[in-house]
Amino acid sequence: MNKDQKQQDFRRSDRIFARLAKVAGSLILVALAAVALFLIFEGVPGMLADPDTTSIFRGKSFWEYAWPLVFGTMWAAFLALLFAVPVSLGIALFITHYAPRKIANGLGYVIDLLAAVPSVVFGLWGILVLAPAVQPFYAWLFDNLHWIPFFAGERVSGTGRTILTAALVLAVMILPIITAITREIFLQTPRLHEEAAVALGATRWEMIRMAVLPFGRSGIISAAMLGLGRALGETMAVAMVLSATGAVTINLLTSNNPSTIAANIALQFPEAYGMNVNVLIATGLILFIVTFLVNAAARWIVNRRAEFSGAN
Amino acid sequence: MSKRIEVDNLNVYYGDFLAVEGVDMTIEPRSVTALIGPSGCGKSTFIRTLNRMHEVVPGARVTGQVLMDGENLYAPGIDPVDVRRQVGMVFQRPNPFPTMSIKENVLAGIRLNNRKMSKNDADDIAEESLRGANLWKEVKDRLDKPGASLSGGQQQRLCIARAIAVKPEVLLMDEPCSALDPISTLAIEDLITELKNEYTIVIVTHNMQQASRVSDRTAFFNIAGSGLPGKLIEYDSTSVMFSNPSQKSTEDYVSGRFG
Repeated sequence: MNKDQKQQDFRRSDRIFARLAKVAGSLILVALAAVALFLIFEGVPGMLADPDTTSIFRGKSFWEYAWPLVFGTMWAAFLALLFAVPVSLGIALFITHYAPRKIANGLGYVIDLLAAVPSVVFGLWGILVLAPAVQPFYAWLFDNLHWIPFFAGERVSGTGRTILTAALVLAVMILPIITAITREIFLQTPRLHEEAAVALGATRWEMIRMAVLPFGRSGIISAAMLGLGRALGETMAVAMVLSATGAVTINLLTSNNPSTIAANIALQFPEAYGMNVNVLIATGLILFIVTFLVNAAARWIVNRRAEFSGAN
Repeated sequence: MSKRIEVDNLNVYYGDFLAVEGVDMTIEPRSVTALIGPSGCGKSTFIRTLNRMHEVVPGARVTGQVLMDGENLYAPGIDPVDVRRQVGMVFQRPNPFPTMSIKENVLAGIRLNNRKMSKNDADDIAEESLRGANLWKEVKDRLDKPGASLSGGQQQRLCIARAIAVKPEVLLMDEPCSALDPISTLAIEDLITELKNEYTIVIVTHNMQQASRVSDRTAFFNIAGSGLPGKLIEYDSTSVMFSNPSQKSTEDYVSGRFG
């Protein structure tokens, strides 16, 4: 084989690899487009369905039907994020900046294991362990802090299977991914910046506030959004834990709870027929759009102060 | 504002490894002391013991004493955080906080002391510190721009402004010009000469000309071989060190014959 031929072979392998990479990249777009088209073609008729002949509506219009679900989805995901982000940041900071290396490695491993637990197991745990365990606490909150709207309502739930419990289960489920990502981000904080803070007389916590958290800001937001995405779409655990009535309320402790889109689809689909299926798919389309908007908003937040990011 | 530093039989360990052995040294206030020597001789390790920055490495510890106006930095009950508030440090590579503006960078150390400042006071301190670092004229119209938008030399002067904003007793510089071009280096050297009027300055440098230009006294560190501790070989006024040192290895090193 002469030199030219060899070079040509190199070029060919280069071309083949480039093509393979391009195909792999396109596949994601094709998959996304396929899902989007399915949702639109099957869902839009559901949105326009006649309330009088579509049994799932029970006389309401589509938007009256969908709004409590959208609210429940966002409310549960928001609460989950509210619980999970501070705890995740705490764990990630402990692992990266406080714990001795041995403990840090072990803890990181345990957190990753948590991510491997199937959501149906979380659902069982939520019903059988968490809900009964928190119920007395809910009753106490209800009795003593009734004047706070979140803890108000007619009667405290006797089972503990409220939106708050569902959000707590969701929080545990999204904890691993947020922790894993923020841990990586915190480990990447340039040593120079940490030393700059320490040399100015910063305590460890001040150093974290001056150097680690600002540097990791966009990573923290990305991690939270990934967690939020999972919380928005989580089906099984919510369907099992939450006893929903379809109310739009911010009361956390009563048995009057909104359902979520994903859980509602899972629960209604087995008995749905005809136009009812299209209605459920239409709510799926709304979930798709909501998730998309959340991600777009996160991108926007991350890019807004790119000038001040740690990247330059 | 500046203090005398007395180092008394200082040994520095990383775990069981003895990195620097038996340093005795007195550094006068309002002077510039240059630490020179080959790579790995322990001069950077030594300068970090003067504000206890070596302790960021797990397992690092010292024996012996470092006295600042008679007060031992390593006495029990002394918080390293307090030490570092008195002893400022400038690093090899400029390290302004990337998420802060120029002004916020200058004020970063002051904010740590939890002092509530009026906006006027903050502006005054920022201006004074930036003037002190010869940077004011260049940045006065863009104080709210990110610190990372400046050139390397300007960033290093910003770091010096940040260090002097808290009015430390001592200023440590660990090869402050090694990442800078000659013009920026000259600007920093001029600045060091000015800062000497107010601060005790200790500077690590690999640049012999720099040591001879800016320092009053020079300390030469050397290492006998890999795995052996670095030692202070000779410490004298800079003119003596560069013209008539008493140790052969000092002479070899400053004249470039070191091998």
